[in-house]
Amino acid sequence: MWLWGLMGASVSGPTGALHDIDAAMPFAGLRDRSCFPSGPDEMRGRNVIVFTRRQATTAFALMELDGVARRVVICPPDMDAKLLPGLAALVQADIVVGDDSHLLSAIDVRRTLAVSLGRDSRPVQRICSQTTEWILLTSGTTGTPKLVQHTLESLTSAFRRSPVRPGTKWGTFYDIRRYGGLQILLRSAIAGTSLVLSNPQESSGAFLERLASAGVTHVSGTPSHWRNVLMSGAAALIKPCYVRLSGEIADQSILDHLRAAYPDAVIAHAFASTEAGVAFEVDDGAAGFPVALCTPSEANPELKVAEGTLRIRSDGNAERYLNQDSPPLCDADGFVDTGDRVELHAGRYCFRGRMGGVINVGGLKVFPEEVESVLNAHPRVRMSLVKARRSPITGAIVTADIVLADAVRRPGDAEDPTGEIIEFCRSSLPPHKVPTLLRIVTTLAMSDAGKLARPDA
Amino acid sequence: MGRQKNKGGLATMSNRKIVVSTFEEVATAQERRLSPLTDDLKLLDSGLDSLSFAIIVARLEDSLGMDPFNADEAIDFPVTFGEFARLYETRCP
Repeated sequence: MWLWGLMGASVSGPTGALHDIDAAMPFAGLRDRSCFPSGPDEMRGRNVIVFTRRQATTAFALMELDGVARRVVICPPDMDAKLLPGLAALVQADIVVGDDSHLLSAIDVRRTLAVSLGRDSRPVQRICSQTTEWILLTSGTTGTPKLVQHTLESLTSAFRRSPVRPGTKWGTFYDIRRYGGLQILLRSAIAGTSLVLSNPQESSGAFLERLASAGVTHVSGTPSHWRNVLMSGAAALIKPCYVRLSGEIADQSILDHLRAAYPDAVIAHAFASTEAGVAFEVDDGAAGFPVALCTPSEANPELKVAEGTLRIRSDGNAERYLNQDSPPLCDADGFVDTGDRVELHAGRYCFRGRMGGVINVGGLKVFPEEVESVLNAHPRVRMSLVKARRSPITGAIVTADIVLADAVRRPGDAEDPTGEIIEFCRSSLPPHKVPTLLRIVTTLAMSDAGKLARPDA
Repeated sequence: MGRQKNKGGLATMSNRKIVVSTFEEVATAQERRLSPLTDDLKLLDSGLDSLSFAIIVARLEDSLGMDPFNADEAIDFPVTFGEFARLYETRCP
């Protein structure tokens, strides 16, 4: 199974294209030419690192490399070029390809090659001859990035057999060089549907305009991306029939706001991780997922909860970590521990946060995400970031930065709502989880992966 | 993190008064029944729990710009309210 082979519809018809900020590049463009100066054959059997400025270059390089290269390593957008020599040694790279010849010339690795899109070249005969290892770098919430090995088969297991709705056009806030975005790229490429790529230099409003003018029907992003859309004042520019959230906890508040903004759309939230693959997609409008998804069965993926965290066994699981000092990716039964903590309430498992992000208040655990979901449910709060503040008494106390949803301030609402918001938290949280101090901020920083930037992450 | 010097109307209040009012505010917010704040009141008997003390110390760090518990020199941990208040009176920033 090779990407080029699966892309039959993409390359035979004029339909699918990648829309970058300044150009639309049809998938079919690859039929007659290669982005490699001497064609893809010089990559045959090689270990190739793809290190590009533009998402589109990585996308087209991947289409050419699958089935040809032995190993393809996809560098995330924020990766420092200084890390390349170490990475090249670790993955036994033969060559680093990229779209910035100046940057490539400064890198101290065995061989680099500048590639470009739309290059005139001799006709390409594509021969796929081996199963390529796809290596993704995790966004490193715990520090050092891990190298996660997939195959095209594991990367496409969540959607390979799903029917594609005619007229689908995707837009994504994700970068296709990470797992979530790569899923959307592969979906689009295989189905021959267009995909509008985001650009870090672009505001939410400008990106929404581009999504609107391309006529996207399906849009994916993190809950933080979507909160920014709602705050941009430009949410109404697009009329998606399918809105997808993943990458962070989708709390009830963001689901309800999106339902109000897009009353005719399917609002789906999905759980996926680079290691575990896609676990589920839920579109019933409620946060969390039904406990029935954890019923033991022949289903794929299989979900279970053990020691409070969600575990997944599926065809979408990655094969292994490439780092030498890494623990096994899955347990003896083949389940990947996602490290995401869930709690059962009224027949649904709700996400409570990452095991690593716990704030310890005098021995009591607080998951920032749980407090954030309560803060976000207050009508004056658009988004929030819960943090630990060091305390000589209890080790830590809970504080929060909040962005107000100005639009919903009604006459008579308090000028400074912090007291009212703390009271609101007190009504549904035990005392140690209630933020002791609230700071009103105008924005909250996001990581390059589109998730809230957490200070201790 | 939020280190500020005395500000606004607080500058005219003595540190001890600020300590007293912070105890009272936090006790109210935490729905704790606060004993009368006399110098010999044992903190354990004040009606406050450790979370309340953690909040008081954080608030005082913000309003007075000092955290005596995190000073370079080791301190004797206060046992009574009087000892607690003196930490803030004697260690003006």
